[in-house]
Amino acid sequence: MSNQSTIETVDTKAYLDMDLLRFTTAGSVDDGKSTLIGRLMYDTKQIFEDQMDAIEESSKKRGDENINLALLTDGLKAEREQGITIDVAYRYFATPKRKFIIADTPGHIQYTRNMITGASTANLAIILVDARHGIIEQTKRHSFIASLLGIKHLVLCVNKMDLVGYEESIFEDIKKQFDEFSSRLEIADIHYIPISALKGDNVVDKSSNMEWYAGGTLLYTLENVHISSDMNHIDSRFPVQWVIRPHSDQFHDYRGFSGRVESGVFKPGDEVMALPSGFTSTIKSIHNYTEQLEEAFAPMSVSITLNDEIDISKGDMLVKPNNVPQQGQDIELMVCWMSPKKLQPNGKYTIKHTTKNARCIIKEVYYKVDINTLHRIEDNLEIGMNDIGRIRIRTTEPLFYDTYKKNRATGSLIIVDEFTNETAGAGMII
Amino acid sequence: MSSFNLTHLKQLEAEAIFVIREVVANLEKPVLLFSGGKDSITLVHLAKKAFYPGKIPFPLLHIDTGHNFEETIAFRDSLVQEIGAKLIVGSVQDAIDQGLVKEETGYNASRNALQTAVLLKELEEGKFDAAFGGARRDEEKARAKERFFSHRDEFSQWDPKNQRPELWNLFNTKKEIGEHFRIFPISNWTEMDVWQYIALEKIKIPNLYFSHKRKVFSRDGVLLSDSEFFNKRESETGTEKIIRFRTIGDVTCTGAIESNASTLEEIINEVAAAKITERGGRADDKRSEAAMEERKKQGYF
Repeated sequence: MSNQSTIETVDTKAYLDMDLLRFTTAGSVDDGKSTLIGRLMYDTKQIFEDQMDAIEESSKKRGDENINLALLTDGLKAEREQGITIDVAYRYFATPKRKFIIADTPGHIQYTRNMITGASTANLAIILVDARHGIIEQTKRHSFIASLLGIKHLVLCVNKMDLVGYEESIFEDIKKQFDEFSSRLEIADIHYIPISALKGDNVVDKSSNMEWYAGGTLLYTLENVHISSDMNHIDSRFPVQWVIRPHSDQFHDYRGFSGRVESGVFKPGDEVMALPSGFTSTIKSIHNYTEQLEEAFAPMSVSITLNDEIDISKGDMLVKPNNVPQQGQDIELMVCWMSPKKLQPNGKYTIKHTTKNARCIIKEVYYKVDINTLHRIEDNLEIGMNDIGRIRIRTTEPLFYDTYKKNRATGSLIIVDEFTNETAGAGMII
Repeated sequence: MSSFNLTHLKQLEAEAIFVIREVVANLEKPVLLFSGGKDSITLVHLAKKAFYPGKIPFPLLHIDTGHNFEETIAFRDSLVQEIGAKLIVGSVQDAIDQGLVKEETGYNASRNALQTAVLLKELEEGKFDAAFGGARRDEEKARAKERFFSHRDEFSQWDPKNQRPELWNLFNTKKEIGEHFRIFPISNWTEMDVWQYIALEKIKIPNLYFSHKRKVFSRDGVLLSDSEFFNKRESETGTEKIIRFRTIGDVTCTGAIESNASTLEEIINEVAAAKITERGGRADDKRSEAAMEERKKQGYF
């Protein structure tokens, strides 16, 4: 592979043209997640000598037989001591084709909230399965979360193939099992790869131990999965973050609405409607710093000026008059609970939705999901840490929203505990 | 018809600007921690972009150990003048003179750890509730666990095992009075991204980053600038070499590398071929495997 050779000069043009894939990795304890990431980084030459020396020394201290690649990703002292991952760790690597951001999330049940965190910004999820154990509860849990969070691409890596003699039938069995389960999920693009993270089979280099496997390696899959159509470029949504008014002599009348295009496309001349006021105007200019743009699309951060003076402030939204989001104060959502304090029916919470801060009351809990069977639990409506349920909230002011399925940015919100200020829940609007 | 693809560097820029604006929109009194290094210079550039044609709506705070490269201070002053921002300087020397902190003694003495106390004092006195930093997750293993909005309690402590989950781009900015956030807009950037961005945007950086002649000496395999700030052994004699700095901090903990890279393009090529990490030359990280984590828990940058 081309990235195996030492790069001598950098093709700056090519570097500037690379796109970005964010992926998350999940698996249960000891599935070899950290080893896999260590392997990806090691085999793509992203590990430096001083890092390698440090790992070698730690491995020796711990009495590990080989250099323990997992130590690369375990950043906290407690993690290294216990040999487990506690918190989401972010890792970066690039090949000449793409740049990657990995959210490495822990597998323990009690840290499911971290998996949700990692998955919320990911395009793709890698789920690891131990070839010796096959599909277990955690695999289903993680796949369900990936599906719930709207991840469009999933790679099921059957790891530790070296420990089952690289047997094709074992891989095929696991694939079949997962196929059956995943028909209930909403992930269209699923890849299956037999690997050994420890030995490096099918991670970056094609394995010579599994001639029966005709598919691509993990890295090949990551480099080639088609993500450019994952973004919503249809429904134009621009939540206003901040109004720029320089009050300077040079820019005396300047009034720019700054924010990020969350979906759709805006162009100078476009007619736009401001919500909640409903007033319309046309776009005078769109700029990023001094650069005037002919169009702005997700996820660009820009400033927009309008041809009419209409009252718009932080938390408002610019949309197109012929394609407006839903508006309302009674919102139904799936919620992932992340706080040790249970969700309080009728409780009041602070919420954040796009750039808007508001408050809400929990009006109703409809059901809880058994994440192992995907069945609804209707006789026990207590939602505690790591539970997922369907609820209805009433907000202090109208939200402008789309369903999460249609639009990740305008369909998501967080629920904040007003006593501890902790982020207590992640909501996906139905 | 456009394909609506945004390159990775443009995506990182958009993300950083979004974060910077969220802070100004949701918190009362932000400040930008400015070290004079390329990451905080990049941060200033991003802040400039975020509020153009307005000015950057927060001051810069420099924690000055007194052990500076002259070039850093000159660069800092001209940058502040150019952007019309207010500069606050927190002096470690003053803190030592006032007995707030105690100077380390001995061979490896450094004012690095003393910066924390001065930083916290400045944040408290200025009633700042958000402090922007240029830290990146690829720099160091404890930093890989950082959030964009990193909550600090009233003792400015970081509790890595109990961090708020960060979902989507919805940042929870709630806190009690007396608490604050550390904000890391370029969390997702790598060293290479920063250099490519500096080249792309033609951002000015101090000459220390480019190859130049300097008197240096070697300690524990790290080349250090020959300066009165060190307690040197007799065997540690300075010799002139052609060097440059990969990171810039205080003189006593910034290692130089022998290099002929005198343009951004040459630096980028050197970074691509580098065999050790940029913090490999940082004496402050070498104290123990968890040196950074320990310092961060106390409230370090």
